[in-house]
Parts: sequence; C-alpha cells; structure tokens
Amino acid sequence: MTYDIAIVGGGIMGCSTALRLAEDGMRPVVLDQGDLAQGASGVNAGTLSLQIKRVKLMPYALKGHHLWAKMGDAVGFVKTGGYTLAFNAREAELLQERQTLKAQAGAPIEFVSNNHLRAAEPALTQSVVAASYCAEDGYANASLTGQYYRGRLKDAGIEYHEQCAVSAISKGGVFELLSPHGTIRAKRLLLAAGAWLKPLAALLDVDLPVTARINTVSVTERIPALINTVIGHATGLLTMKQKANGTVLIGGGWQGRGTPQDGRGEVDTATVRSNLALAQYAVPALGAARVLRSWTGFEANVPDFYPLAGALPGVSDAFVLGCVRGGYTIGPYIGQLMGDLILGRAPEMPLFDPGRDFQEEAI
Amino acid sequence: MRDVFDIAILGAGPAGGNAALASVQQGLRTVLLDEQPSAGGQVWRARSASILAAPETPESRAGAHLRSKLSTSDITYLKDARVWQIAREGDIWQLQVLSGGQSDAVEANALILATGAREFVQPVPGWTTPGVIGLAGATALFKQNLTLPGRRTVVSGTGPLLFYVASEIRRLGGEVAAVVTPNTRADWLRALPALAGKPRLLGRGALWIADLMLARVPIYWGHAVTEVLGHDAVSDVKIARLDAEWAPQKHVATIGADSLCLGNGLIPQIEPAQMLGVPIHYDAALGGWVPDVSPDGVTTIASLYLCGDGTGIRGANAAALQGRLVGLRVAADLGRNTQQARTAAQRAWRRAACFGRSMTVLSVARPGLQAVTSEDTIICRCESITRRQLLEEIDKGAASANAVKSGLRVGMGPCGGKFCQTAIAALIAKSRGRDVSTVAPPTARPPLRPVPLGAAAGSFDYDDLPIPKPAPL
Repeated sequence: MTYDIAIVGGGIMGCSTALRLAEDGMRPVVLDQGDLAQGASGVNAGTLSLQIKRVKLMPYALKGHHLWAKMGDAVGFVKTGGYTLAFNAREAELLQERQTLKAQAGAPIEFVSNNHLRAAEPALTQSVVAASYCAEDGYANASLTGQYYRGRLKDAGIEYHEQCAVSAISKGGVFELLSPHGTIRAKRLLLAAGAWLKPLAALLDVDLPVTARINTVSVTERIPALINTVIGHATGLLTMKQKANGTVLIGGGWQGRGTPQDGRGEVDTATVRSNLALAQYAVPALGAARVLRSWTGFEANVPDFYPLAGALPGVSDAFVLGCVRGGYTIGPYIGQLMGDLILGRAPEMPLFDPGRDFQEEAI
Repeated sequence: MRDVFDIAILGAGPAGGNAALASVQQGLRTVLLDEQPSAGGQVWRARSASILAAPETPESRAGAHLRSKLSTSDITYLKDARVWQIAREGDIWQLQVLSGGQSDAVEANALILATGAREFVQPVPGWTTPGVIGLAGATALFKQNLTLPGRRTVVSGTGPLLFYVASEIRRLGGEVAAVVTPNTRADWLRALPALAGKPRLLGRGALWIADLMLARVPIYWGHAVTEVLGHDAVSDVKIARLDAEWAPQKHVATIGADSLCLGNGLIPQIEPAQMLGVPIHYDAALGGWVPDVSPDGVTTIASLYLCGDGTGIRGANAAALQGRLVGLRVAADLGRNTQQARTAAQRAWRRAACFGRSMTVLSVARPGLQAVTSEDTIICRCESITRRQLLEEIDKGAASANAVKSGLRVGMGPCGGKFCQTAIAALIAKSRGRDVSTVAPPTARPPLRPVPLGAAAGSFDYDDLPIPKPAPL
C-alpha cells in the first residue's frame, strides 16, 4: 500500500501537520526513531512566553499560544502571566529595547513598577532594576506532549510507528523509506525530525545547514508555593515557573554537551550550575529546594534562526518543517500552515523557504 | 592548582573498599567517597555508637576489618560525601561532592564505580502501610541500631536474605509470626551444587533454618504475601499459595502481625554507569539490567571501571574479591605490574561469583508474581500512581519506560524511579506481550542524588556569572 504522505519525526511539527492533512482526507503515516515527542517537543521547559519570542515570529506565536490554550488541561496549559527581569542597567536597557519591539509586534507587554512586581511576586530578589509583564504568558507541561499527540493521532485514525528509525530513502515513482517496519511507500514526504533533520535530508542528498543547540532544563522537588508566574530574564537566559504540583522548572537555554547523532545530550556541570545560580539570584529562597533532575534537549536551528518550512530543495513532493525558534509555542500552528501548503492551499501566513540564502534576513 | 588523584572510587562497600585498598597498595593516590557515615556499604554496615557492645556477626567482623584497614591506609576517605554529578573534563574525571551542606569538586585520572544494589519489592495492596519494610532495609536496622521492625513480624520474600532476616529478628528478641517465600524446597535443592562450594555459608544457612524450625515458626514454601491489612499500622498479612510461575492461586492464611519485611531480591544500581554512557544489557540471573563490563572492571569508556553488585548481583564475597581485582587492573593500566596478583584474584572471584549468581537466581521474581499487585495498588510511591493508571497509559499507546514516565510522572519524584521502575518495566512487558529484556530502563539523568539548589549553584557573584550573549531578537 502507498500512503499519501510519510512524515518522519513524530514531534509537535510532524503530528500537527499529520492532523491537518488527515482532516482533509489525506492518509499520512508518522514515523519516529524513538517515542512520539521525546525530542525537543517533550523535554523543553514548556514555557509559553511571548516575551521571549522573536519579533518577526510574534504573529505565529500569538496563534500558537491560542492553540495551546485550546488544548488546555490535556497538555497542562496554564495562563499565569509572566515577568521578565533586569538586574542591572545594561540589562534594563536591553529589556526596554527588546520588549518595546515585541509589544509593537503585537504581544501585550507592559513595563511595571517595582511595587507592582513585589506585590505580585514577593519571593523575588530586591535586586530587580526593571521588569516587564505580559498577561498572556504561561506554560504547558511538555512531558505530556507525547501522550497528547498519541491520543490525537489515534482519534484521527492516523497510523504511527514508534522506535522506527528511517535508514534510507529513495524516490522512484513514490518515496520508499527503509525502516524496522519494512519498506514504507508514500507519494509525498515531510521531514520534521528537528535536530535530526540534517542526517535525514542527507539520505536524499540534500544538505540542510541545520545545527543543534543543547538546551538544559532542571526541576526541583515539590516545595510550598513560592512563585506565581513565569519568570524570565532580560537576556532570555532564565525561564522559571512553579507547577501546580509544587515543582519548580528552571530553563533558559544554557548549553549542555553532545550531538543528536550520538543519542541524548548530556548536562554540562558548569552551565547547569550557572543556570541554577541565576535562578537562585532571582528567587533566593529557591536555594533550599533540592534539584531532582537536570536534562538536555536538542533544539534545531539554521544560521538565520528562522524556520525551515516549505519544499525540500531539489526533491519534488518532499517538504521540510523544523528549526522554529520558539517551536514549542509555534509548532501546533506552523504545522497547520504546513498542512495547508502540502494540500495545495494558500497558508494563512507566509512560510519560510528552506532553499533561501541563510545569510540574508528571511522575511 | 587543584589536586588530581590517580583514582577516585565511588562507594565504600565490600567492592569499593577493597578496590581502594588494592590501588593504594600499588602506590596510587586514592580517594574513596561514600554517602554513609562509615564504610562497609549495606552488607557490612557499621554499628551506631550506642550498640558497639553488641555481639559480633560475620558481617560486623568483615566490616570492622575493612574499616580498620581503611583507617590505617593512605587512602583519602571522604565519608558523608554525596556525589551528585560526574563528568569528564578533558582527561580527568570531575565529581561534584555534597558534604556538610556544601558542594566541592574532587578530581581523578581514573574512576571506579562501586555503587552496589538496591532492593526490589513487588507491590502488594497495603505495602505502603507503616510497619512494612524491605528485607534489605530491615538488615540496616539490625546492623546499625539493633532495632526491630516490630514486635511480631512476618518475613516474606526470596533468596537467602529471607532466612537471615528471620533469624536475626529472633536473635534480637523479636517474634517471627511466619516466614513466607515464593521459593520452594526444590528451588533450594537445585541451588545446592553451587552452595556445596561454600560450606561455611551453607552451614550458616542451615543453622538459620534449623533455628526457625526448632522455634516452630511456620515456613510457607511456595507462598507469597498478597495483601497487608491495617490502616495506620499493620494488623494482619494475607498469604496465598503460588503456582510454578509464582502467580497466586489460593488464599491460605491471614496472619496477625504488626510488621512485615518484604523483598524480592536485589537490583544492580546502574544509573551512574548508564549516565556516563556505558551500554547496558539484560541478564535476569544477575538481577536485571547490568552494564557491559569485563570481570576486571573495564568498560567501553576510557578510564572508567566498575565493580561489585552494581555490575550484577553476586553477593558481598564476590564484590570484595572483584573490588580487589579491579583496583589491581586500574593500577596495571596506570603502569604498575599486577599481572600475578590479578590472575589469583580473578580465580577467587570466579568461584565466589558462581555461588552469588546461584543465590541471585533464587531471588529473582518470576513473572507470575506481578499478579499480587492489584489494580488499586500504588506502584510509584513518590507520585502515588496505581497499577490501574499505568495500565491505562500503556493501553493508550505508551510502549516504553520513557513514554510512561513522561505521561504519568512515574519515576519523576525524589527517588528518581529507583523504587518503581522494575515493576513498571515488567508491567509494560506483560501488557504488550514482550519480554522484559526489551523494555529498557528510562534515561538516567543527573543529579545522582537530590542536591539543594543553593549547594549546586555554589557561591557566586552575579557579575561573574558567564551569561552568554542574548538570544536573537
């Protein structure tokens, strides 16, 4: 049998595209080398903050945010609002400049006084010199991504195979993918394998300039209520929120070690310590909480840090979707756009040509 | 400049302690780290000061011997030292060590992990009731404090530990209400050839059983505990007869007791090795998932060695001999000539390991025992997740330990899955009709032990934090 499309990569991008295609009657199959959404989709810190989105991606982030809110409890969505903090004059300047541009791009971000901040988050350090607030900010529970999409795919009758690494792809009349489940045939192909896009595209002799960031996240034991909102840092190098169960999740993109090809990454002692130090600086009482777990996830990007979303250069009927900065927030939406493109419809917002010159600005 | 040791050894039980002694005898600068206040590990645990006058046991003698040799050696021994992170920094191993509320780094050229074992308990209804304790956990109470689990105790489980615990309770003045074991007399008879090579241990085991029989303690062979009754404390323990695969058949008795010791064998603690990238494989006769390692401790990772029960459950004697063997091997790799000593040590280890392995085979739970866990029994204690919830998650499509962990938070609490992951893997295997050897443990993550955030962060100046350039706008 021949599928309408084979989607390699069962994270948010691949699954949300599959769902859009199936809505329109296409028959997709989703293949993942591990379990669904156990890459960046499932191990990121779950922050849904407009304050850390790129200015030009803000319209996509706003749409994505709305979709997460609709997914609701099933993905642990909570809208708490969020504060971004500056601890010195240089950071205050950065905050002012960046948040102003993001507000102009449509995010409801405002600057707040010290008194406002202290009333809302009494556990914060006294060393805050400037802060911005966005009422739309919140988080979801990234651990639930796999469970959520597994259910959605099943409900939509979409076939998926886990532990199904594709080792070769050829194209005659149709695409033939070699996998542990035998040869899978499909008329179209979507590569949505995140940090594994480069070796995957290489199977079709396409060179995508994809590299991986190795982001670190840590979580504490359950502690009494300490912070109420999503806390960030002017540089973007801290995200922090306390879940309903009392655990505090700490991220911010501090870099671990390893490469996607060699399996999961590994926490770097020095950077995780700096990440924790920054968290403790922001909320001193966190110092007493025990850290239970730190981990890393691979976030794919290309040199201009804009998405790959469109036709795979040089291979007809093949597409690629990935490298979306803020991909957790934007993923469910850009997957829908990608589905529309594959269905031959005009997407609601422009996509990002994977064949572009990466030294130029994308849009 | 920081002091770099030739060798760091994690764990001061029989394996790690003897590895340290062997390496220091070869003139290596050796640091031995252990989270307990005294060396000896679980099996040779030291007594607290208040019970020093208590009669000796073979375990206390072996432990005292090890501690005395360590104290007169040139080993740098760090007690109460909790290693929470290990990383390769260039050519050296760097261990982050929490001690006295502060974290410091210890560095060495070579690293031996001697992280021992932990206990497996197949959950039964009521197993979280106060008064229920692990079999191995009970031995820690006896050895350190001469404390009993209760006044009248049911002792239940597999392997030789069972009879040791029952006889210790009696020796310390407690009452054993019953001994309940899934093993049959025939299982023990099959183990006899291996036991015959260790007449001293065989004799000791025979004495334990004779003592119980003389005291008319009922021994239920081929039985298991199926439920613990009582709300705030244990009141009764229900037992059933098992079939050959250890599935409960028929309720047999309800035994009044205020406490229960329950254990189904030991599991190698492989997480530190797993985290450092050592491949693992499944070997039921060694207690489950074990690292790929040679008898003299060599792994696929340069200058990383393993020894003791963390490489597979073979018991304290084998662990001590392997510790010595691996200590000598590291010395050889660092340029010492230890060939002759290693040959002798390896031969001794093989004999002890053969015996230990036969005891492990007796202890390993058979698949039918899973049926003692009812749908409403909590399997993950940290997050209070029941068997029913797990089955639902597996039914919804979660097919790996990582997928179940992500969906339900099992193993995400303070214990990091140490108490529940074996039972969960068995449940996934059973539900999916797969062999348990195809259900790999979840990805191991640091810290190795929970660490206070402030201690992990250490003291810092905000302006010195190496904050990278901001994310692209």
